[in-house]
Amino acid sequence: MSEEPNTAGPMILMRGIRKSYSTGRVEVEALRGIDLDIGGNDYVAVVGPSGSGKSTLMNIVGCLDTPTSGEYVLSGEKVAGLDRNRLAEIRNRHIGFVFQNFNLLPYASALENVELPLLFAGAGARERKERAEEMLRRVDLADRMDHKPTELSGGQMQRVAIARALVNRPAIILADEPTGNLDSASGQGIVGLFRALHAAGQTIVMITHDQAIARLASRIVQIRDGQIVEDRQAAA
Amino acid sequence: MSAVLSKAEVAMVWRLFRADAAHNRKRIALTVLAIAWGTLSIVMLLSFGEGMKRAFHRTVRGMGEGIGVLWPGATTRAWAGLNSGRPIQFTDEDMDLLKARIPELAAISREYSRRVPVSLGAKSVNARVRGVDPSFGPMRNLIPSAGGRFIDEADLAEKRRVVFLGDELAKDLFGAADPIGRTVQINQSTFLVVGVMQAKVMMGMYSGPDKGQATIPAPTFKSMYTDARPGNMVYAPVSMEAGDQAKSEIYRVLGKKYRFDPEDRRALGIWDTRENQRITENIALGIQVFLGIIGALTLFVGGMGVANIMYAVVKERTREIGVKMALGAKVRQVMAPFVMEALMMTVMGGVLGTAVSLGLMAVIAALPLKGEAFEFLGRPTFSPAIALSTSVVLGTIGMLAGYFPARRAAGVNPAVSLRYE
Repeated sequence: MSEEPNTAGPMILMRGIRKSYSTGRVEVEALRGIDLDIGGNDYVAVVGPSGSGKSTLMNIVGCLDTPTSGEYVLSGEKVAGLDRNRLAEIRNRHIGFVFQNFNLLPYASALENVELPLLFAGAGARERKERAEEMLRRVDLADRMDHKPTELSGGQMQRVAIARALVNRPAIILADEPTGNLDSASGQGIVGLFRALHAAGQTIVMITHDQAIARLASRIVQIRDGQIVEDRQAAA
Repeated sequence: MSAVLSKAEVAMVWRLFRADAAHNRKRIALTVLAIAWGTLSIVMLLSFGEGMKRAFHRTVRGMGEGIGVLWPGATTRAWAGLNSGRPIQFTDEDMDLLKARIPELAAISREYSRRVPVSLGAKSVNARVRGVDPSFGPMRNLIPSAGGRFIDEADLAEKRRVVFLGDELAKDLFGAADPIGRTVQINQSTFLVVGVMQAKVMMGMYSGPDKGQATIPAPTFKSMYTDARPGNMVYAPVSMEAGDQAKSEIYRVLGKKYRFDPEDRRALGIWDTRENQRITENIALGIQVFLGIIGALTLFVGGMGVANIMYAVVKERTREIGVKMALGAKVRQVMAPFVMEALMMTVMGGVLGTAVSLGLMAVIAALPLKGEAFEFLGRPTFSPAIALSTSVVLGTIGMLAGYFPARRAAGVNPAVSLRYE
C-alpha cells in the first residue's frame, strides 16, 4: 500500500448508499440513496441543515460507520464487509479527521497528539517525531510543540488537529465543521490553511453549514432529507 | 507484528494513569488499598500455612522420618497346620535375622521397655526405661544436647550401665544442674548418665513422649530383666521407595520363622511413619490451599474494585476512545492501555501488601512466643512458592480486572461517541 496520496481516478465512489437506524420502534432512514464521486484533489463542501444526513454521510465516508446498503469504494478498495481492525487501518492510512471540537488528547503535548496516527500505524519513535515536527511546522506551530492543548488557543488546537490529520499523508482530509468552535479570525486562518493544502494537491471533504466557508470550496454538495439535492462547482 | 504496546504507548499509559489518579485520587487510593489488603491476607495466610507445614514437618521429624515400628500381633488365619489367634512373640535374635535377610533395611533396633523407678537420692520418678541398639537414636531423632552422647556399640559390647535421659526426666531429677557424668539409680543399679536428649516437638508417639524416658543399652536391659522380650523393633529402610519392599520382606521372613501367612497383616503390626508423613503433608497442603483460597477471594474483591474503576474510566473516556479509533487505533491498541492501567493498580497494591506482610512477619518473628501451641503452629514463613503464587493470582486478577472493561472500550462505536452532545 502506497503512503502517497493517490490522485488518479475517483478517490471516493459511492453508489446507492442507504443508512437506516432503528430508534426503538421507529425506523429512521438517514441516507436514502447517495451517489457520489470525489476525485483526487477535489475540495468538496457538504452543506445541509441539521438532520439532513450529512453527519451520517461523513461517518460512512470516514469508515466510522458502514452503510445499510449500497456500494462504497475508497481508493480502489471496497469497504463493505471489512472487519474492525481493517477499517481502523483504512482510517489510519487514507483518512485524516478534523473535528469541530478538535478532539485532542488533553494529557498529551501537541507533538504527541500529532504522533498518535503514526503510533497506531506502528512507526518507530524517530520517524514519528520527525514527521510530527514537520507537520507542526507546516501549520505554523513550531514553537508550540511541547504545549498541552489547554495551553493553546482554539485556532492553535485546530491547527494541531490538522497536523495530526495530515501526518500519515492521507488520501482525504475529512473535516466536520472545522470552524464551528472558533471565532471568525481563527476560523479564517483555518479556512486559509485548507485552501493552501488544497492548492498543494490535498483532497478535502468538509461539512459545514456556513455558506461563506462553503463558497471557498471548489465544489458544493447540498444534502436534504438523506439525498443529494444539488452538486455544483463553486464559482470561485 | 509489533509488540502489544510500544514504549511510547507505555509512557502514555503511565501519564494516563497519573491523570486518572489526580482525577479520582480517593477512589484509586481505596482500590489500591483493597488490593493491598487482599495481598496482605493471601500472603499472610499462605505464610501461616507454610509455617504450620514446617512445624508439622518438625513434629514428624520428632518421631523419626521414614521409619517403621514393628510389634508382634496374633495370627488371624490358620497356616501350616497351626490355628488362628495364635500370639506371636519376638525373640532377641529376630533383629539379627531381619538384618541379615533383608537388604532393604538400612538400620534396625530392638526396643525392650518397662516402667520402673528412676531415682536420684531421695527423688524418684516412675519412668519408662527402654533397652535399645545404637541405631535407635538417629532413627528416632534422639539427639544428644551439647556435651553428651547416645548409647554406642562399646556400651553394648560391654553391657555398660549407662543411660541416655529424656530432657524432661533429666529436669525432674537434676533440675537446672548438668546431669552428664552423674549417676542415677535404675532398679537399684547405678547408671552413669552419658547424654540428655535435645528438646524436640514430637507428634506421633507409641509409648509416651521421648522426653520422659530413660534409654539404656539393650544387652544391659536384658541382663537386668532376663525374661524380657523385645516389645517392638524400629527400622529404617534404605530409601523411602524401598519402604514397601522392606515391609513385605519382614512379613515374609518372620512369617517363615513363626509360621504364619505372610499375607496375614495382623500377625505383625507395622506402623509405617511414611504414611503419617504423607497424610500430614496432605493435611498441611490442604490447609495451605484452603487459606490460599480465602486470601484469593479477598483479593478477588479488590479486583472487582479495580474493574469498577476501569469501567468508570472507560465511560469517562468514551469520546477519547472514539477519537483514537478514528485515528486508526486497532482493537488491541484500544484495549491495551486499560489492561495496563488495571495491572498497574494491581501491582501497586500487590507491592504495598507484600511489603506490609513482610514487615508483619518480621515483627512476629521477633516476638518471644513460647508454648506448645506455637510449636505446632509455627510462625508465618514467606517462601518463593508463596511469592510466585501470589504474583500469579495478582497478575490474573489484574488482567481480568482490565480485560473486561477494555472489551467494553473496544466495543465503543466511534460514530456514536464522536457525535456532538
